[in-house]
Amino acid sequence: MNLMEFIDMGGYGAYVWSSVGLALTVLILNVVTARRAVKVELERLKRRYGNEPTQGAS
Amino acid sequence: MWTWFHKLSSPPHFYRLSGTMIPWFGWVAAALIIPSLYAGLALAPADYQQGDGFRIIYVHVPSAMLSLFVYMFMATAAAIGMIWRMKLAHAVAVACAPIGASFTFLALATGSIWGKPMWGTWWAWDARLTAELILLFLYLGYMGLRAAIDDTNRADRASAILALVGVVNVPIVHYSVTWWNSLHQASTLLKKGGPSIPPDMAIPLYGMILGFLCFFGAVSLTRVKREVLVREQNSKWVKEMVTSK
Amino acid sequence: MQTPGMLDAGWALLVRDIKLGYRRIGELANPLVFFLVVATLFPLATSPERELLMEIGPGIVWVAALLSSVLALDTLYRSDMDDGTMEQMALSPQPLAWLLLVKTVAHWLVSGLPLVILAPLVAQAFFLPAEAGPTMVASLALGTPTLSLIGSIGAALTAGLRRGGALVAMLVLPLSMPILIFGARATDLAMDGLDVTGPLNLLAAIMFLALSLGPIAAAAAIRVSLD
Repeated sequence: MNLMEFIDMGGYGAYVWSSVGLALTVLILNVVTARRAVKVELERLKRRYGNEPTQGAS
Repeated sequence: MWTWFHKLSSPPHFYRLSGTMIPWFGWVAAALIIPSLYAGLALAPADYQQGDGFRIIYVHVPSAMLSLFVYMFMATAAAIGMIWRMKLAHAVAVACAPIGASFTFLALATGSIWGKPMWGTWWAWDARLTAELILLFLYLGYMGLRAAIDDTNRADRASAILALVGVVNVPIVHYSVTWWNSLHQASTLLKKGGPSIPPDMAIPLYGMILGFLCFFGAVSLTRVKREVLVREQNSKWVKEMVTSK
Repeated sequence: MQTPGMLDAGWALLVRDIKLGYRRIGELANPLVFFLVVATLFPLATSPERELLMEIGPGIVWVAALLSSVLALDTLYRSDMDDGTMEQMALSPQPLAWLLLVKTVAHWLVSGLPLVILAPLVAQAFFLPAEAGPTMVASLALGTPTLSLIGSIGAALTAGLRRGGALVAMLVLPLSMPILIFGARATDLAMDGLDVTGPLNLLAAIMFLALSLGPIAAAAAIRVSLD
């Protein structure tokens, strides 16, 4: 397949590429939201417990 | 073997382990998905009937299969949590739900997009599509129930019951194409006698399915990490870990 | 005093719940009126034409029955949870699943059976042919108990939650969809004079499944809700 055929997908281009795009979006969103969830929680805990290594039980 | 399982149920141990497992799953997922997607979209031969339109299969089938797998995984984790009272198992179940819901949505959406040119309609109330839609509602109901219960322990156990009750839907989705005259095509991969799809089309599909599976591993472990942090926030090991960074 | 056996305890609970159900006649009437009102909404919103109503009639009756059943779920466990009776039942020597099954049966007798009895009337209003009547009644007779049983699980999961009402619908409706499908389908087939044993058998099978496993799930859920 050359590039034009690749994009056109035998006339089904819009369908195929919107599906692929949707899939990639879902995958990326999954990764982003999961990682952000961890990050937010770690930040919250850091704020709660303080950042100094010397700080023991509060 | 039992000690391994027992150690795994210890949150700090799991947390450490996830630090290595998540990147591993992530890279393997990328290594599988990127070439398989390319192979499926560019290299596999066009279908006799559907031309290049069939290539949607490379995102539709993996997401549909994962939507079912994740639900079973979630229900199993919930059952383990109930039976052995393992908090970590409940955390795993919670982590799975949004991921499973997103795969279900993706399966429905890509299926709908595929249906438009091939069946002439965006939607049909046939058994498999309806059952998959019900699966989405089950995921959402699970998440809704969790959100409505404040106490973590109660939320765990109530949503576990819900997840287990909903398991009946999973075989319905899978067997719907065998039990009823369905618009959706019959199983081509998981059927008696083996797959009925030629290898040069099948191999990228297997790659995508495995890639999605590893992807699920990476993302779910990430979410479990977050769950563990929330559940264990008052514990010594979390305090020490956070302050030593 | 000897501990009552399962059957005695069950009968006592059944009688009590039915008496209570009829005493609070408003609670009984509500789902019934709701059923009739919802069924009425459709001809008002779509068109009163005979052909159309005949076409969609079975579906409408079934949707109305389903929604009415979900609405009625609120009364299933609420008062017993509120006044502590549920805790007593959970602590009693009787299996909780059995007691909840009895409660669900009583609940269905009070809120579901009237629907089944009224169904032929509603079928008339939708110009459904006489042949469809018995099948519609049969499908509702098999389906509404199943809806009550599945509903009892949802009600148990949300018992004691402040705004559990809307959530119950979200939990119960997806699981009830197969019943809706088969119930409406059976009536559709009857209208065309075709064989209805397929869907009716499936409805019966689902009912037995719900009967055997539903109360167990509900009991587990009630114990969680009581904590």
